[in-house]
Amino acid sequence: MPDLQKLLPPPMRRPPKPGHADGKPSEYAPGEAPDGKPTGLREGRTDDPGRRLSTKAQDAPADLVGWVDERMGATSFLTAMLMRKVPKGTNWFYTLGSATLFAFVVQAVTGVFLAMYYTPSPVEAYASITHLTNDVFLGEFVRGMHKWGASVMVILVFVHMARTFFFGAYKYPRELNWVIGVVLLILTMVMGFTGYLLPFDQRSYWATIVGVNINGTGPIVGPYLSDFLRAGPEFGATTLSRFYAIHMLLIPGAIIALIGAHLYLVVKLGTTAPPWMRADRKPKASRSEPVDAIANGAGGNGSAP
Amino acid sequence: MNNREKEEYLREYEVMKKKGKPFFPYAILKDSTMAVIVVGVIVFMSIYLGAEQGPKADPTTTTYVPRPEWYFFFLFELLRVIKPPWLVPVATIGVPTIAMVLLLLLPFYDRNPERNPLKRPIASIAGIMTIIAMAFLTFLGANAGSPTDIEMKVAPEFEPGKLVAAQSGCLACHQFGDNGNNGPGPKLTEIGARLNPAAIARSLEIGPGIMPSYSAMAEDEPAKFRDLVAFLASLNGEESSGEPDTGVAGDPGTGAPESSTTGGGDSSAAEPAASGSSP
Repeated sequence: MPDLQKLLPPPMRRPPKPGHADGKPSEYAPGEAPDGKPTGLREGRTDDPGRRLSTKAQDAPADLVGWVDERMGATSFLTAMLMRKVPKGTNWFYTLGSATLFAFVVQAVTGVFLAMYYTPSPVEAYASITHLTNDVFLGEFVRGMHKWGASVMVILVFVHMARTFFFGAYKYPRELNWVIGVVLLILTMVMGFTGYLLPFDQRSYWATIVGVNINGTGPIVGPYLSDFLRAGPEFGATTLSRFYAIHMLLIPGAIIALIGAHLYLVVKLGTTAPPWMRADRKPKASRSEPVDAIANGAGGNGSAP
Repeated sequence: MNNREKEEYLREYEVMKKKGKPFFPYAILKDSTMAVIVVGVIVFMSIYLGAEQGPKADPTTTTYVPRPEWYFFFLFELLRVIKPPWLVPVATIGVPTIAMVLLLLLPFYDRNPERNPLKRPIASIAGIMTIIAMAFLTFLGANAGSPTDIEMKVAPEFEPGKLVAAQSGCLACHQFGDNGNNGPGPKLTEIGARLNPAAIARSLEIGPGIMPSYSAMAEDEPAKFRDLVAFLASLNGEESSGEPDTGVAGDPGTGAPESSTTGGGDSSAAEPAASGSSP
């Protein structure tokens, strides 16, 4: 029975255990303390090869997690994040942000698959979409998810913002997170605008012409902005690839970075309590505590108040 | 918020948090349920609404409907609501920019420490009014069809040009008699009385303001283009049953059409009008 540890590169080997340092066999019998009493730590560790292998297999996931955590120290962070308390009264309105995040994940995943088949050139773009829609397995389904996912994400962004507005959640100390959120809203709309051209059918082409012209009416920077979007004074061959690069590289990168900052602030500052909840009502608080205890004792229904 | 109010809030928040439940599993459970619903809705829409492909983009085409995705309708409809050509930059850039800046700086000018929506009526009413305005504009945009028929009576020699105009998407933004959308472009019912044929042709080729250029048609199908110009030049309002257009103060002598909408000089005029209509 070869020792599996030998197969691993040295840094990935299990850290030496007491009594097994440097892989040397212990001078004590396995599972026994020096005084001969069972330790209870490693009772299955005998010289029976079959049992040793099964024990190792059972230990492997825990050992791997342990190895990673020894280097990253992520457990304390994860525990703090998962076990942090959310204020009393947190309800379904507070799921809108994570729902928006999830819609973005759907867009990112479906977008990767669309990019595998899409050709951003004015000559081939339309044909590549036809091929994707008609020939590729589940192609139309994935494209439909991306198309409608965009609408769902825009709706969720707006509803999430409305919730934040009416709950006063943008006030101290969360002002910065509101600003990041508004930038994310604008970037989401830019995604909608740049993505609309990519199917390269009549609707998207002419809507984009008008959209770029609208940007051109702006004071001072307007004409430069529309020239930048078109890659020149006229809608040309590089316009489509420019929109494609903005749509799948520039804006998604910015969105991912800002979502990271947004979530960091959410975890650091905590989510707000509903504005109608008050902590300082003494009689109400003292009365509600036993009720909470009973509710938790009876299976703790986690439903919203 | 002054320091006392800040401390008061943080202290109260600490208490609320202590009384709360751990994120895992209570909040995670709700979030996961919501995630499943979101994916379910997207899958449902993909299966039942599909992703149809329109006809291929053709820059030389004469039939198109420049319509944005539905969530831009409210911006597009602003162009119909704000009509005078010199105010177009207000609608295209002014109002959206001011709305964005107001949104971005919201926490810095709303210093009221109160958070309950029922106890800060001004903010709540402003928010509800903004939502109603956006919903109304989106609704208008969704219902603004793009007819492809002009019912005006014209002399027989202008009939081919009328057909070209009806099929070229002009009606999406211009009104001819009773047909077409009144905006973002000006009414064309009596355009011939205001502009000479050369100016009309130049307008079509340049595509002033947000209008797409028709230079491709002028080069590839000159006969069609001539018909279109002749038809437009023949419109002097006599056959029209609509109201005379007072929105556009076009000067027949200059021959310079709506091209005054481009350029930055209008931005100073943009501000007072925009601040009145922004949320």
